[in-house]
Amino acid sequence: MFKDTLRVGFMLGWKQIRHASKWTTGLIIFIMMLTFLNLVAVSGILVGLIEGSVKTYEDQFTGNVFITTPTGEKSIEQSPSLISTIETIPGIASYTARYTGGVTVEANYRERRDPKALRDTVGTTIVGLDPMIEDEVTNLSKNIVEGEFLTNQDGGYVMLGANLLEQYSPLGQGDDVGYPTLSNIKPGSRVRITVGDATKEYIVKGILKTKVDEISRRVFVTKGEFVRIAGRTDLNLNEIAIRAEEGYDPALIKRDLVESGAKDIAVVRLSREGLPQFLLDMIDTFAMLGNGISSVGLIVSSITIFIVIFVNAITRRKYIGILKGIGVSASAIELSYVIQSLLYVAVGSAIALFLIYGVMVPFFNAHPINFPFSDGILVAPLSGTIKKLVILVIATLLAGYIPARMIVKRNTLDAILGR
Amino acid sequence: MIEVKNLIKNYGEGDVVTRVLRGIDLSIPAGQFVAIMGKSGAGKSTLMYQMSLLDQPTSGSVILDNVVTDGFDEKKRTTFRLKKLGYIFQDYALLPELNAVENVEVPLLMLGLTNAEAREKASRGLEAVGLGHRLHNRPSQLSGGEQQRVSIARAIAQKPDILFADEPTASLDSVSSEDVIKVMRDLHAKGQTIVMVTHEPEYAAFAERVITLEDGQVVSDKLQTAKGM
Repeated sequence: MFKDTLRVGFMLGWKQIRHASKWTTGLIIFIMMLTFLNLVAVSGILVGLIEGSVKTYEDQFTGNVFITTPTGEKSIEQSPSLISTIETIPGIASYTARYTGGVTVEANYRERRDPKALRDTVGTTIVGLDPMIEDEVTNLSKNIVEGEFLTNQDGGYVMLGANLLEQYSPLGQGDDVGYPTLSNIKPGSRVRITVGDATKEYIVKGILKTKVDEISRRVFVTKGEFVRIAGRTDLNLNEIAIRAEEGYDPALIKRDLVESGAKDIAVVRLSREGLPQFLLDMIDTFAMLGNGISSVGLIVSSITIFIVIFVNAITRRKYIGILKGIGVSASAIELSYVIQSLLYVAVGSAIALFLIYGVMVPFFNAHPINFPFSDGILVAPLSGTIKKLVILVIATLLAGYIPARMIVKRNTLDAILGR
Repeated sequence: MIEVKNLIKNYGEGDVVTRVLRGIDLSIPAGQFVAIMGKSGAGKSTLMYQMSLLDQPTSGSVILDNVVTDGFDEKKRTTFRLKKLGYIFQDYALLPELNAVENVEVPLLMLGLTNAEAREKASRGLEAVGLGHRLHNRPSQLSGGEQQRVSIARAIAQKPDILFADEPTASLDSVSSEDVIKVMRDLHAKGQTIVMVTHEPEYAAFAERVITLEDGQVVSDKLQTAKGM
């Protein structure tokens, strides 16, 4: 009997779909598609707002695994030995080692006529790096907004983070807001960098602007230049950013590093472990917010399906009565309406899935949304999408079943006679 | 065989109760062709609805093929209708999105016949009522008489024990009406039990028994010699 119910339910449902208005069916499918897009895309973009920031942080600054100087230490002891260890660990695609130190950068000192006038200075971090290797790991050269990226031969040149400069500072003129910036700096300008007692003049080669504040607030020189100005003779590094091979789990690299003793001389973290807790909380909050907004869409679409099926069933209640009259079970009739709902959700979701994974995710990965503090991407993990699909299917099936049930359970004779 | 005992059907509640059937007792043996007649409002359709399990009486019993149907829930009534009863409705009651053969197939599929068996049986049923050439026409493409013959084919497809017909000629012209009555008479000739509600004496003449209702009561119950065509 169950098999027969299914068979007749499918037959009736399919016939109704085939003879329904194509415009109405198309419109309902369109609503289902928008609902599913809303379910996935709204929370995906909200989460992507922060995830984009996290991804940029990882891509341009920390790599997948980030090794830093322990608190209280000046640098990572036995760095050459650590580098040798890194060379032996599997799964590492590339890594970049950096020296860092505190500096003062001064600009416009040649134009300053009044010795009592305020000097145009900022305190910041100087980074000594191998430009080629750094670019291989972090692709920073793509973020040059003026001038050029450093090369290994660029002794006497410096690259400045854009947030140190007045014209790029998100806060405008720094002196007014307690956020010092340098004025009138462009490639070719000269700046004076002071580390401890040592001061040296550099020519600005390029200006680097990214949405990672740690980069946009730094100055960059070659390793050789750093060693010279900072007087660092021990070859001990301050940061190492490691990029894992495609598809290789960075946690395995961290595990290998820890097991090889790197933990005793440095702090070894996955990029996400270095994130402030508030950022992780924001991701969760935005996900909740997105789900909340999407739920409204889900309710609206469920009501739409409910109304469509209810109107359909009520206008066909005479035929529902006839079907019952000739012995078709209530379940088969209800199933015929559920089948219609299923078609709406299946086709609508299939189109939406294609749009999400075939169009939107690749598009936003290639062209992130330019938010002020991050390059927003669309975060749509397949597992989450499947969960949302299941929710939508259940909601739609209920929205199809309930009105059908309401009409089907009415008195058979009343239905036939249209009472 | 149909037995109706002290059948009462009221509509409404309290002061506005309408007593439509006022204690009807009937017995219709298997194979009989019965016409139920009466003026409008006499209760003839209501009586048929109770006997055919489309409605539930206020009180009294309906016994069909020795099965007491009192207390049947909706599911049992539907299953009983599917297996034992056939219906011909006044306005044909065909499903507009199904063609003729599919309309006839529906109860057969519910009964568990395979698609091929149901199609074969439905086609033969339509051929038997002279619609072998209209199998794939939808109701909107058929005349009133043809639609009613599809309705008959559907009603008898599963070989019901009892065939109920509610004013089957009321919406038809005289030629189509005669076609329909002829089909019913042929069915009766093969032993089919038929209960037909009609207000047209000329068609009641084809039945072998005529029960007349007035004010919800049987006022006349006569056997007669069924007219030939």
